[in-house]
Formats: sequence, structure tokens, C-alpha cells
Amino acid sequence: MDIAHSTLVGFSKSFGLVYLLAMAAVALAYALWPRNRDRFDKAARDIIEDEDKPWL
Amino acid sequence: MISGLTLSERQAAIAILILGTMIGIVMAAAAAMRADAMEIHGYIVALYSLGLLAVVLRGYFAPEPDDTRLASYYDDPSKAGIILSMAWAVFGMFMGVWVALLLAFPDMTFDTAWASFGRMRPVHTTGVIFGFGGNALIATSYHVMQRTSRARMPGQFSPWFVLLGYNLFCILAVSGYFMGITQSKEYAEPEWYADIWLVVVWVTYLVLYLRTLARRKEPHIYVANWYYLAFILVVAILHIVNNLAVPVSFAGAKSYSAFSGVQDAMTQWWYGHNAVAFFLTAGFLGMMYYYLPKRAGRPIYSYRMSIIGFWGITFFYMWAGSHHLHYTALPQWVQTLGMTFSLMLLIPSWIAAANALLTLNGAWDKVRDDATLRFMMMAAVFYGLSTFEGSFMAIRPVNSLSHYTDWTIGHVHSGALGWVAMITFGSIYALVPWLWKRERMHSPALVEVHFWLALAGTLIYVFAMWNSGVLQGLMWRTYNDSGTLTYSFLDTVVAMHPYYIARAIGGLFFLTGAVVGSYNIWMTIRQPAPTVAPPGDEPVLAHLEPAE
Repeated sequence: MDIAHSTLVGFSKSFGLVYLLAMAAVALAYALWPRNRDRFDKAARDIIEDEDKPWL
Repeated sequence: MISGLTLSERQAAIAILILGTMIGIVMAAAAAMRADAMEIHGYIVALYSLGLLAVVLRGYFAPEPDDTRLASYYDDPSKAGIILSMAWAVFGMFMGVWVALLLAFPDMTFDTAWASFGRMRPVHTTGVIFGFGGNALIATSYHVMQRTSRARMPGQFSPWFVLLGYNLFCILAVSGYFMGITQSKEYAEPEWYADIWLVVVWVTYLVLYLRTLARRKEPHIYVANWYYLAFILVVAILHIVNNLAVPVSFAGAKSYSAFSGVQDAMTQWWYGHNAVAFFLTAGFLGMMYYYLPKRAGRPIYSYRMSIIGFWGITFFYMWAGSHHLHYTALPQWVQTLGMTFSLMLLIPSWIAAANALLTLNGAWDKVRDDATLRFMMMAAVFYGLSTFEGSFMAIRPVNSLSHYTDWTIGHVHSGALGWVAMITFGSIYALVPWLWKRERMHSPALVEVHFWLALAGTLIYVFAMWNSGVLQGLMWRTYNDSGTLTYSFLDTVVAMHPYYIARAIGGLFFLTGAVVGSYNIWMTIRQPAPTVAPPGDEPVLAHLEPAE
């Protein structure tokens, strides 16, 4: 299969941009979503309180 | 060690080790017929398998572990991994000092082939990156994934298979370079059979990690696990693609890459730069996001920043590799793409560095008093510095001065010594007393000594290479009035000489620190266990609110 240089550049410039921005939007929304705040704070705290035994 | 394995796991170990011995003998016999250097590797595989087989057989009739083991984490492989990591550190850094001296005093090859620069240099890089760094990553990932999942690993056999299988790969790699076995791809030098073996080991590692996560009792997957998983998953992809090759014969070491020309170069540097990203960054960020908050007794400054940083690093790094090929036959737009993504990388990199340093805000007294925490703090500082430098050097006109000079070497070591090694030493110093149930390290003073040796060594090294690199780059591009080059190549080599000696001294400082650290760790393990459990793993109650 032979992909022309211009095809590849066109694909990168169109889909590549959309894909990068969409990924960034999803990641930012997940990280900054207000409802996730408590869950993240808890996750950050929980590793400090560590009883060094698995939960059974 | 063997007493921790169930009977069926011991039998599985014996079966695999017998298989390994047979594969080794077949490799040796087949290669012997063609008088190929792979014969030695066959013997190494067979002896390694036989040696481990002897260990398993000696412990075979020990009583089986009872079910109380399931109420604790499985840490034996982590302990072995830390010891192996420190052993590789001393070996790899010793080789580093040797190759540094070799550049200043070329006669140090003693007229032998195995001691030539081209063979010794990958021994150093593989020894420190894969031997020291890789074992530290495996050991700490086992520790972190169990704690953050609040679940024990699913079995006792596969963690050993991964750790010891990985070390066999490292031994094959390093011994091969001495004999001249290499496929000449930087950081991917081992030949096809060692590469295939690493795929087997690495897929087992990924499955082990995923199975542990699947058993987790804590619903949220802590961010350190994401970084470790990115490390394992992406290294698997990189390794498989870049090492696609066709062996000349199954009875010999030599193979030819599936790629050629500029495609080969692009694949190699897509691999090479992502090895920096996912082996030397993502995995060690996983280490940082667990051990730094633990040691400081404070939650990470911003958990959100750690997530944004994670996606930034995983998505930007993938495209940055082409900045290694500025001004080559690679299409201009691919170079520009690599340059642009390298610049964007500064954002997630500095997010991680800032997150680490802001976590310590309010705990600077601990940083002052505790050399272990100071190792981690200094690692974050060097992470910030070297990622800034990396983005800067990826700009094409800057690269025209820096590329092919010692500036690159200085940049790499600012990251490798300042960031990777320091976060590893910090994490190991935190981890050793926890794992061996000791109150603290044998000698906190020696940790302090190690810290200052490491910092002094890094600074000497980096400043020497900055000086020599910029000088070298300028000498290479200086023209005289008649339009020809002012300096011959030999002139630049002579000008480098004092810096090469300084670099070797810096490396010697760093090596001495690693030796001191190994002694301290060994003495900590050797000292008698306290009768009462130490308070090391207990919760720290004060100031648990994130500072965000």
C-alpha cells in the first residue's frame, strides 16, 4: 500500500488536530468536573492513611 | 523465598526452569554448529535456569505457606528487586566512570575488543537504565500497586517470573555487548532472541499488574498506578515495534531490522524518545506520586494537576521523537511536528514538577532534616530543569548548535542522575525500612553523605558537559575569513579533554554515593529486626487536607 505524502499531511492536519483537542477536552473535563473533587481529595488522602494490610 | 510459594507454584517454577535449561542447551548447540557468539548466550540461559532450579529444589520440601499470607502484602519480590537494583546501580555507574575515562584516556581499552568504547558504552547505558532503573521500577510498582489497591498480588509465582526473567534479559544484553552482539539501535541493542524473551516477560508483567488492579478493594485507581501502567503498556508497544527484525539464521545472533533508511531512523527515535518518556519518566513519576506524599506525610498538592499532567505526558510525548532527527533526510514537517510537541511537553512536565514541590510547601523543615525527602525534592527540581532544557534543545535552531555535542550528554545526565536516580534513591530509602520492618535506615548520616555526593556529582557532571558541549558546537561552526572551518575535528577533541576529566570525577562522586547507599541498605537489612513493629507504616493524622 502506498500512501501519498499529501494524504498523510492532510490527515494529520485535519483529524490529528481534532483528535488532540478532543482528548484534551475530555481529560480536562474529567479532571476539573466539580463532582469529582471529593473523590480526588479522598484518593490523595487515602494513600497517607495506610494500615499496610490488604482489605479482605 | 521458596517457602512463600505454594506447592503448585514450586512445580510451575521447576517446569519453566527445566524448559529454560533445555532452550539454553538448544541455543548453545545450534549456535556452536555455526561458530556463532550466541553459543555463549545459550550457556548463560542454561546456567541461569539451572542455578534457579537448584534454589527451587533446595526449598521444595519446605512447608507450604498457610492462608494467613493472604492477609498481608507479598513483598519478597520487591525486596529482591531493590537489592538487584542497587547491584546494577553500582555495576552500571562503575562502567559509566570507565567509559568516561576512556574518552579522556583512550588507551584504557588495553588493546582488547571488549573494552572498546562502542561495546562499553551500551553496557553502561543498559546497566543503569534497564538494570538499575528497571529493577527499581518493578520493585516499587509491586509495592505501590498492592498498597493503593489494598489487595495482595494474585499469586506468588508471576512476580518472580517477571523480576528474574527481566534480569536474565539484562544479563543477556550486557554480556552480548562485550562479545559484539548488538543490533546497533540505541537503547534497543539486544538481538532478536533477547527481544522475544523480553516480550514474554513484559506481557506477564502487564497481566500481573492488571490482575492486581482487578482484585482491588479501593474503587478509585490512585494516579501512581496510571503512570506505572502507562510505563508498562507503552514500553511493550515501543519494544515490539522497534525490534521487528528478521534473523539471518535461528542459529545465530545477527538480525536485520524490518525498517530501512529514514523510516528506520524515525522508528528508532520514536522508540528512543518514548523510552525516555515512558521508561525514564512515567514510571518514575508513578514512584514520585506515591513515595513523596507518603514520606512527607502530606497528600499530593493537587490531584487534578496529576491527572491533567498524566494525559498531557502520554499524548504529547508520543510525537516528540522526531526532534532527534533535525536537519536530516526526515521530512521538514515531521521535524517541526516533533519540535512543536516537545515545546508543548513543557506544560505537563512542569505541572508534575510544580505539583511535587508545592506538596512540600509547608513541610520544608522535613526537607531540611530528612535527606530521603530531600532526594525526592531535588529530583523534582532536576525534573523541572531537564524538561525545560529538553524542550529548549528541541527547537531546531538551538538543536543546530547542541546536536551531536556533549550538551546532549549533559542534558541526558541532568535527567538521569538528577531526576531518575535521585527519585529512585529517595524512594528506596523510604521503602527499605518499611519492607524490612526496621525503624529507620541503618545510618541516616550515610543517607546524608549519599545525598551530597549525588548532588555534587550531578552538578560537576552537568556543568562539565554544558561547557564542553557549547564549546564543541561553537568550534564546529566557526569559519575563518577564507570561508573554511577554523578548527579541525582534532582541535575540538583536544579542547574537550579537561571537561572529560571533570566529567569522570563527577561520575566518580555519583558512583561513590551509590556504593555508600548500597552499604547502608545492606546494613539496614542485616541489623536485627525490632521485637515491636515500627511505626513507619502507620497513618500520619495531622494536616490531611490537600493544600489545593
